Amino acid sequence: MMQEAVPSLTDVRFHGRGGQGVVTASKILAEAAILEKKWVHAFPTFGPERSGAPVAAFTRISPTKFTVKTEVYNPKIIVVIDPTLLSKPETYEGLVEGGILVLNSATEPKKEDYPPQAGEIWWVNGNEIANKHIGRTIANTVMLGALVKATGLVSLDSILKALGSYFKGDIYDKNVAAIKEAYEEVKKVE
Amino acid sequence: MAKVENQEVKGLTGDQAVAYALLNIDPDVVPAYPITPQTIIMEKFSEFWADGLVKTELVHVESEHSAMSAAVGASATGARVFTATASQGVALMYEILFIASGSRLPIVMAVANRALSAPINIHGELTDQLVTRDAGWVSFIGEDAQEAYDHTIIGFKIAEYPEVSLPFMYGLEGFIVTHALEPVYMLDKKTIYDFIGEFREPSNWVFAPGNPGAQGLLALPDYYMELKYQQEQGMKNARKVIPKVLDEFGEITGRYYHEVEPFHMEDAKYAFITAGASSGTAKAVVQRLRSKGEPVGMVKLRTIRPYPDEQLSELLKDLDGVMVVDRSVTFGSPASIQATDLASALLKHRKFPRVLSSAIVGLGGRDITEKDFEGLYEQLKKDVQEDVSRTHWWGVRI
Repeated sequence: MMQEAVPSLTDVRFHGRGGQGVVTASKILAEAAILEKKWVHAFPTFGPERSGAPVAAFTRISPTKFTVKTEVYNPKIIVVIDPTLLSKPETYEGLVEGGILVLNSATEPKKEDYPPQAGEIWWVNGNEIANKHIGRTIANTVMLGALVKATGLVSLDSILKALGSYFKGDIYDKNVAAIKEAYEEVKKVE
Repeated sequence: MAKVENQEVKGLTGDQAVAYALLNIDPDVVPAYPITPQTIIMEKFSEFWADGLVKTELVHVESEHSAMSAAVGASATGARVFTATASQGVALMYEILFIASGSRLPIVMAVANRALSAPINIHGELTDQLVTRDAGWVSFIGEDAQEAYDHTIIGFKIAEYPEVSLPFMYGLEGFIVTHALEPVYMLDKKTIYDFIGEFREPSNWVFAPGNPGAQGLLALPDYYMELKYQQEQGMKNARKVIPKVLDEFGEITGRYYHEVEPFHMEDAKYAFITAGASSGTAKAVVQRLRSKGEPVGMVKLRTIRPYPDEQLSELLKDLDGVMVVDRSVTFGSPASIQATDLASALLKHRKFPRVLSSAIVGLGGRDITEKDFEGLYEQLKKDVQEDVSRTHWWGVRI
């Protein structure tokens, strides 16, 4: 059974630090897309993992099955989970023309501080929201709320369903509250 | 068996997919020794075991040599046995791989394909599996997490056919398959059980109380050769059994697999031969080139042993050029590992493309990109134009 390869792939890259659930964010997004009958390929930067070091993870999404098995070089969407990575040029490497940035930032970003090819810049104070609801400044799930509002890549509902395979009970509820707040609060830089 | 509708779909990495297949196979014995990138297979399976979801005897051993030795011992008692390893782990098992096949034990093993040391590297490469091609195992390579799941089930069925009675290994490439999440369609316990069936003891004899006997005996020049000939008969029988099992599996799942899978080979003048994860990338490139009118196709190779020589020679005869895209390495050989096999197959059947080139690509986990395949297509056309078969170290900095 040979599948036809399709070209309409959306590549998302998440940036954070080891221990912040960057890979988990990429997988929750992928599982949400699977719930919507989309096809996905989600993976971390391959190799040894080091707590605190910058890490990236990827989710590739398409409405239909695709077979390409390559790493992601030119993401359409970049999600920055850790604010200390906002000022690093390598965070935005390969962003496609007209690409979308979804940033965890305490203050409104200035367009001129970001790569010119960024078509849209969205921002939310993810650390504050995470701290408020979860009691820790780990914004991986929070930024998924911001991401789906900014891009409509999957529905908020699907994210919350997919979240259920990673968190249960009280911690699930807290994450849901945080995700919903980020969904409401995220703003586009005009 | 009828097709199973509404198969549960779950986002799983390749390693997790293997563990989920094992959950519903519930093998009798699993000897385990960890090595990246296989680790998650056993981690996940251990969770199932700890939760009481499988009845398996999970044996923690002190090395891969011991893992395969334990597998041999357990299989000789008539148990259904699974293990998994990679890279240096396969290499350490090497001695016992021959004992498993020579003793005709239907052990199933996943290989999370990883480059061999030195220098040390944990990433994807097929050399670890390809160097076992003379060890007498039926050997498959898969492209994605779904195929890793499916091969786990298919493997037991093929290995345990009485007329095959050979161990079965199957590859899933390190990280790009083992650690990458994809949608995986799964089967329920009863369907898997009905498909694989009761364990059919391949030999007339197993270690059991009240059934005295011996195994692993001495066979001197008077008998050794006959026993090796019987092993080859088992491999020959596997050639007949494999398509039957794959068909049956297709009927249940809707996923029809073949030993070789041609894609856009109609009227092709040029073709890639691929195995494993890069096959998916090749499909996308072939499709794009076709839409531009380029006469190119590809054949994905699923079975490394037994080697599908007849099908390949039929598909590749009279082509202008063939490029074997080989994520493995051998040294001082006439061509890449897979191209050497292919050349023998073509000569045996006396059906040839004009040029048979090979490319050594993606060693140590280096990404094999769409651009690589586009470049390899141009290179193949150049080789044909110059009428030379070459081995290319593709993308290497010299």
